[in-house]
This record gives sequence, C-alpha cells and structure tokens, in this order.
Amino acid sequence: MSTKGIVKGIISNLVIVEVDGPVSQNEICYIIYKEARLMAEIIKVVGQQAYVQVFESTRGLKVGFEVEFSEHMLEVQLGPGLLSRNLDGLQNDLDKMKGVFLRSGEYTSPLNIDQSWEFKPLAKVGDKVQAADWLGETTENLQPHKIMVPFVFEGSYTIKSIVDKGTYTLKDTIAVLLDDKANEIAVTMVQHWPVKKALKAYKEKPRPFRLLETGVRIIDIANPIVEGGTGFIPGPFGTGKTVLQHAISKQAEADIVIMAACGERANEVVEIFTEFPELEDPHTGRKLMERTIIVANTSNMPVAAREASVYTAMTIAEYYRSMGLKVLLMADSTSRWAQALREMSNRLEELPGQDAFPMDLSAIIAGFYSRAGYVILNNGQTGSITFIGTVSPAGGNLKEPVTEGTKKAARCFFALEQARADSKRYPAINPIDSYSKYIEYPEFEDYIKKTVSDQWIPMVNEMKTLLQRGKEVQEQINILGDDGVPLDYHITYWKSEIVDFVILQQDAFDTIDALCPIERQQYMLRKVMGITRMDFEFDNFNEIMDYFKKVINVLRQMNYSEFESDKFKEFEKQLEELLKERVTQLNQA
Amino acid sequence: MATKAFQKIYTKITQITKATCSLRAANVGNEELATVDGNLAQVVKIIGDEVTLQVFGGTEGLRTNAEVVFMGKAPSLRVGDQLSGRFFNAFGDPIDGGPVPEGKEVEIGGPSVNPVRRKQPSELIATGIAGIDLNNTLVSGQKIPFFADPDQPYNQVMANVALRAKTDKIILGGMGLTNDDYLYFKNIFSNAGVLDHIISFVNTTENPPVERLLIPDMALTAAEYFAVEKNEKVLVLLTDMTLYADALSIVSNRMDQIPSKDSMPGSLYSDLAKIYEKAVQFPDGGSITIIAVTTLSGGDITHAIPDNTGYITEGQLFVRRDTDIGKVIVDPFRSLSRLKQLVIGKKTRDDHPQLMNAAVRLFADAANAKTKLENGFDLSDYDERCLDFAKEYSAQILAIDVNIDTTEMLDTTWKILASHFRVEELNIKQDLVTKYMPKVS
Ligand SMILES: Nc1ncnc2c1ncn2[C@@H]1O[C@H](COP(=O)(O)OP(=O)(O)OP(=O)(O)O)[C@@H](O)[C@H]1O
Ligand SMILES: [Mg+2]
Repeated sequence: MSTKGIVKGIISNLVIVEVDGPVSQNEICYIIYKEARLMAEIIKVVGQQAYVQVFESTRGLKVGFEVEFSEHMLEVQLGPGLLSRNLDGLQNDLDKMKGVFLRSGEYTSPLNIDQSWEFKPLAKVGDKVQAADWLGETTENLQPHKIMVPFVFEGSYTIKSIVDKGTYTLKDTIAVLLDDKANEIAVTMVQHWPVKKALKAYKEKPRPFRLLETGVRIIDIANPIVEGGTGFIPGPFGTGKTVLQHAISKQAEADIVIMAACGERANEVVEIFTEFPELEDPHTGRKLMERTIIVANTSNMPVAAREASVYTAMTIAEYYRSMGLKVLLMADSTSRWAQALREMSNRLEELPGQDAFPMDLSAIIAGFYSRAGYVILNNGQTGSITFIGTVSPAGGNLKEPVTEGTKKAARCFFALEQARADSKRYPAINPIDSYSKYIEYPEFEDYIKKTVSDQWIPMVNEMKTLLQRGKEVQEQINILGDDGVPLDYHITYWKSEIVDFVILQQDAFDTIDALCPIERQQYMLRKVMGITRMDFEFDNFNEIMDYFKKVINVLRQMNYSEFESDKFKEFEKQLEELLKERVTQLNQA
Repeated sequence: MATKAFQKIYTKITQITKATCSLRAANVGNEELATVDGNLAQVVKIIGDEVTLQVFGGTEGLRTNAEVVFMGKAPSLRVGDQLSGRFFNAFGDPIDGGPVPEGKEVEIGGPSVNPVRRKQPSELIATGIAGIDLNNTLVSGQKIPFFADPDQPYNQVMANVALRAKTDKIILGGMGLTNDDYLYFKNIFSNAGVLDHIISFVNTTENPPVERLLIPDMALTAAEYFAVEKNEKVLVLLTDMTLYADALSIVSNRMDQIPSKDSMPGSLYSDLAKIYEKAVQFPDGGSITIIAVTTLSGGDITHAIPDNTGYITEGQLFVRRDTDIGKVIVDPFRSLSRLKQLVIGKKTRDDHPQLMNAAVRLFADAANAKTKLENGFDLSDYDERCLDFAKEYSAQILAIDVNIDTTEMLDTTWKILASHFRVEELNIKQDLVTKYMPKVS
C-alpha cells in the first residue's frame, strides 16, 4: 500500500502534506485537483509533514486535497525515440500536448510505447552482464542506438534468453536476465533512471584530451574545449551567450546534441524548432534536428520544473554516452537554475548564503558539472559528455555566487565582455581573461601535435602574446596620444587588430563566416600570423591605420567567401598585392 | 465589486501586518480573491485553517472585526469586444463612466503558451523611426523595454511608436502613472482618432501601489483574447515596470521574505518573465507584442530591475538627447533589438544588416574622436570625417522626428557614408558596395 496524504498548507508552490505512512526525500507525489494530478517532489520532511515543491501552478489548491505518493524519485524514461524530441523539464513530449496553452497536470510520454524498432542482439545467452552493458542495437535516426542492461541493476547477471534479430515494440521483452539468486528479470528496450543521481556505470573517467571542434575560431584556436570537457560562458545580458551556444550546437563535431533551455526565452527555443529541421549537420550532411534533443523549460514555465530540467537533460546525455557516443550538452542559463534553487530555499526558510542563494550552491554546481566527462565503458569503448553552461551574472558582475561557484567547477572560461559586445566585436569573448585549462594538459598537447601540427600551440601562444601586447600599446596610445608614441607601437597595435578582426571575430549570422571548420581555421591563422611577423615601413601613423584597415578588409572578405573558391583566391591575390606595397621583410618563418 | 448572496461572512481577523491580514477560514483556494470590508484582497498563504490575505489597498485602519468574504475565484476579467475603447482600473472595473462590459469571465495570469505551438516571429513592425526600424528593428511577438531616466520623454516616444505601428489593438497598462501622464495618453489617443482600438488599464499615483500588481496581467489577458480569439495583432504598452517591481518588493518585504539584490524579492526574474513571456506570435496570425518602460535611477542598468529585465526581454531601447543636433535620438550604441535578425535583409533590402553595422561602427568612431578632442589631442583626417558623418547621420537618420520608410533610410545612409568614407573604411561585402554605394562626384 503506498502512502497517501492530505494538503495542510500552501505557500506559493510549496505545499505541506500530512502523510499516513513512510515517504522518502525527493519522492514524487501527485496532488489530486479535480480531474488533474499535479506532480510534486518532496524536499523536506518534518515528522508526519512532507514539504513538497509543486511542478505546476498551485492556484485554486485547497487544504484537504488528497495526495498520492509514487514510491520513486523524479525519473526519466530512456529508450529509442528520444532524438528529435521537444521535451519539457520533466521530460513530457511538448508536441503531444493538446491545445495552444499548457495545462496543469497534463503529462505526456517522451517515448511512443507502441512504436516498433529493428533490434539486433549484441550479446548471447550465457553472457555475464552488468548495468549498462550492451545487449543489442537498434537504429535511431540512422544512428546506432544501444539497448543496455538497465542502469538500476546492481551486481552481475546472466543472460537467460535474448530475442533474435527482428522488429519489436518498446513493450516487448527483448531479454531475460538471471540475477545471482536465479530470479528471472525481463528487460525491454525502455528503462528508467532518477535524474538527480549521477550515472556511474562505466569503468573509468580519465582526463579528456581530444579536441572537440566547435567551428568557433576564438574557442578552437585560443580556448579549445575537449570531448568530455566542461566550459561556461558568463556574460551580462545581450552579450551573446545564446547566439554562441546556438553557433556551437550547429557546428560542433558531436554525435548527439542536447539543448537545455533553462528559464530563458521561449522565442529562442522556437528559433531552434524552426531552424534545426532545415539546417544540415556539417559533418554528416543530415538534418541537425536528427541528432538533437531539446529540453525546454522556458522562464514562464513552472520554476520547480526548471530546476529539474537541467538534470533531465544531463541524464539523457549520460544515457547516450553509455552507448559510446560523443554527446554535447548545453544549458542556457544555469543561473536560472540556481535562482530556482534560491526561490525554494527561501520558501523553506533555510539559512541563506550570499545573495540569498542556498549555502551549498557551489557544491550543487560542482556536483552537476562533475557528471560530464570522458569515460571508458566497461567494454573498453569510449563516450563523452561535453558540457557548456551559460551564466547570467546579476548586474554583469562576475563576483557573484553562481559565477564564482561555476568557475571552480568548469575548466574553460569563455568570458563575454560588455565593451566588446558594445563595439560589435562578436563573439564578445574577452581574449585575454578567457582561458581553457586543457591547453596545459600534456595529453592534449600530444594530441594536437599528432592531429594538427607541432607548430600549432606555439603559434597560438604567439598570437596571444601579440594580443596582450596590442592591448598594452593601445592603453599607452590612449594616454600619450597618437603622436606621443613611436610608429612601431601603432604597427604592433594594428597587427593585434588584424588578429582580432580576422581570427577572433566571427559573424554568427553570415552563412559562410558562421561556420569555420578546423582546416580553414588553420589556414587563416597561418596567414594572419605570417602577416604579423612581417616588417612594414610607414612615414606616419595615419598611413599605418589606413593601410592595416585595407589589409583587414581584404582578409574579412576572405572570411566571407567560400573556402578556396575563386572569390576567396581573388581576395588572397589582392592581399599579396597589398602586402607587396609596404613589406620590407618577409619574416615568414 | 458585488458579492454573491449566501456567502459566508467572516468577522474575526487574527493578525494584521502592513500588507496582509490573517483569519481562520475553511475551503479557501490559493490565490482566491476576497473582500475585506469591501476592499479587495487575495489569498497568499494557507496554513491549516489560517488563511493570509494580501490587502491591495493596504491595511491602514483595518479593524479586527472587518467583514471578510471569499469570492471563490482568482482575479479575473470579462473579455469581449466591448473592451475596445474603454478605460479600466487594476481590478478591471470601468473608470470612464461607461457600463460594465459583458463577456466571458477569464482568470488573469493564465497558463503559458506551449513553446512548440508558437511561431517564430517574422513580421516587421514599422515605426518610421530609423533608430528603431533601421538599427533596432521590432518584430511582432517581441518584448522590448525602453530604458529611460525619469526625466526623459519615454511615454511620448512610446505613444508615438504605438500610433505609427500598424496593429489591430493597442492595450495600455499604466502603473503608477501620474494623472498628467494618464491624461496625456487619453488625449493623444483620442486626438489620433483611434480610441476605438485602444484599451487601457490604469493605476495612477493616486491609487494604492500594490494594486498595480494586477495591471500587467489584466492588460495581457485582454490581449490574449484579441490575439487568440480574433487573430489580431495586439501591441501592449506597459509603463512603468519599475514601479511594478517596486510594488513587488513592498509586498515581499512586508511578508518578511529574504530580499536578494537591491531589496528585490528573489523571485523577481520569474515574476517579470511571466509577464514578458506573454509576448508571442501565434500560428493563426494573432500576436502580442510588448513595449515596456523601465525607468532607471541615475542611468544605472546594473540595478536588479533593469538587469533582470534585460535578461528577459529581447533587447532594449535607450533614448537620449544628441548634443550635436539638440534632438532626441534612439541611442545606437546601447539599444538592441534581438529579433531584428529575423527580418533585416529578409523582409528588408539585402544590404540592411551590413550597412547598419557599418554606420553604427563609424558613429562609434566619431564618439571616440569626440573624446580625443575633449582630451585635447589633435584629430586625424579620419577623425574629422567621422565627426562630420556623425552630425549628418544624427540629423537625417537618428532624430526621432524623422519619419521615413526603411528603403529610404538605407539610401540616405549610403549617401552620407559615400560622401565621407572610402570603400575599405566601411568593411562591407564587395557585392553590396557594388550594388548600392552611390558614386560621389
Ligand atoms: N557572433 C555574433 N554575431 C553577430 N551578432 C551577435 C553575435 N553574438 C551576439 N550577437 C548579437 O547580440 C544579441 C544578443 O545575443 P544573445 O541573445 O546571445 O545574448 P545573451 O548573452 O544570450 O543575452 P541574455 O543573457 O539576455 O540571454 C544578438 O541578438 C545579436 O544581435
Ligand atoms: Mg541568452
């Protein structure tokens, strides 16, 4: 007999329930309200009173309403058919909901239980298996999709029977496993996992080292992220967090992309709905939507479900990682998630930490980021979750709890800067403050030497030094005036501007420039760094500015032209001509 | 407000604070409306049989034996075509002396649109103001505030935008309007001869501040009726959202909630988002566009109210007086319409995006040159040309009294650019330069 309860109090979406039996922390319950059942989660228990956060509006709720407890935590359904879905934070399929407006208590399954899938066994009778081992394979959106031993299974099992190759629905048993007491357990292609628990059914989690190509120059060149790496994008409003995440999601070399829209604008999600079914995955040529899952809990959707949404997305990512796939997970914005935590903590009258956030905020953020990573599965294959979250610091001030907490957890820092955004130097990532810790990993350096070239990292460092120098020189020019400094200073400054305009800046709305494969990035970086090593001769600083503006202009035209097209080569020729005019020494080393 | 017969009347208030009162009552729903001695109040908390009410007009003079009657419903509005042309208070009661409109009663602050049922906004809203149409194009279904200092003419600019934009309905939500501003809106709407497609919900400085909390939801409930049931293009004007947020903080502070930044409630982001996210493009053609005003104190946009607003809305517009030409302009630097990408170069000419960026960048160079000048440095030839450009650009393009269509804005911008700059200084794609840049004699 499951536990039942009665509503005793209502404070916004926090409801106090008197229970008649045992309950557990984070257990899901349903408040019965007319025909609807409003889902809620236990977040505190005092004696016979369970404090539950309701995932819906509590308008009209009354004391005395009945509550049913489910005996399980908030969990997601995992199985073939999740790709291309538009889900809410509780994993309801938004497309299956009727009507224009969302209705309280309407829950829809993310999977189509009657849909048939082609199943091919990968294991055989008698095999010893454990959680997450691959039993078989089906094909989802033309990608292999592994059917695994359910993650909740503890210990080891023996396969008693497994179905032959054929077509089965999600309801059908595809294997029967025996536990160590010889109990028979039937397995289907669907399993469940509680979202707040990290999925650890893998052998080990080594340091990640393989470059994850994002197609964004300032990331791949200056602050690279790796497969299984973590990064975050803090920035004041309007500085380009969402545009940057969308750009990455379109081009990144990942098998699966999961976009968690967490407490942000609905129109931004609509943009994905509208564009992704049309756009092509540059690596496979198939539609982007085929590899994408959207978890949308926009800012006007219930706050408690917003909190759940990032966990829902992470759990789905862990599921696909267990299949040996490269998953890219993006959450926009993790600050909204932290705010959801804050709202609830305040309602529970917990002792507040800084800015009224919960005391353990930092630990919660770190725990979440630690679920990403590069893993070696039990069968020796590898999989990864690369996680990039945005942070929306209050007042644009990076000294606030969410940014500080995230900085401790994430290994790449892509700091968007108001001044760069104001001067439309997009993506407005500050080239000097931002960093990627992966550059310091010897594994990464080896990998780059092997896959790109051994010149690469020294050249990137040279570029960074030039940017730093350019910034110093600019400050001096600002203080001393244009003619208060030697001409060399102007030349250095303009060389750093070439790097800024041609390498760092990238127009996310230009069909060609938006997408820059690694090969093209290398070509352009070599070209640009070649120019910055040349010696030039000028008579005055006006000449320098005029000249370098021309150089930048031609290089930008190259960025806007199809790589190696006639037009591209034409501009390249113009560039050579231009260089001949002024160069005294071709230090092309 | 009339109460139904045979309702239970409670007369024993057990606790009174500055904004709330509590009493023992049964069978009360969360967020339900009640009257306390005839004054409206709303249920904000229920613990066992103790119900806490937020009294909109404040609790000054409230007696412990006041008559409390529960109305069995959350705040609601009767929606229908009869709303058109009318003025209401925060409770949806007429304040223009006219009859109570008939219509279907719906609860305000209703559910959100399913994101997959939205359509991507794609219809440009032309205003004739280049600071908007050219540099910060508005799109139906967008939400965008003016960030303005209290002494700036934001209500005038907003009224102008509303009247020039081609929409089916304009719904004004006035919060803490001075009586003068209220009359200003009333006059300008009637003088324009458009009163019949305008609906106003007004809370003036003479009304209790907490009442304002109902205004946005009232206005947006009316908007949803016309956008969903009639497929109309509705423009909602909300002024001043800073006063709305102030009312939120009054309530939360009086209810002893832990304040977060700038003594605003920790839920400020969600509270504001619930309002602004009502902006939507429906698939059947109806849309709700929200233009709001957020007044700043001392121009500080890092204060919690503008800061949270900026994180919610799709851009923001700044107005300022341009000292070169002595006229009000929409500031091209700090203003931004995030949805402009959806229409510029698509619904407008293909040179629009690049030309706009080039002009704004050069306008920024002019600002730098001005700083140089002020710091006593010599100006280069390029600096001089930037300054000349900026003056013409302000006068012929940015000034908000200029009223021209987008193509003319583009042509004029090319003309001004061509007379001051060389091609390589523009950073515009070659094909566009060839196609549109006029030859200077
Ligand atoms: N790479 C880019 N190229 C061109 N324009 C850009 C780029 N990045 C950002 N922008 C411009 O900046 C605007 C704001 O960007 P975006 O919506 O990503 O900001 P945000 O940081 O996510 O803001 P918020 O915190 O409010 O969500 C865009 O609408 C666009 O006009
Ligand atoms: Mg964003």
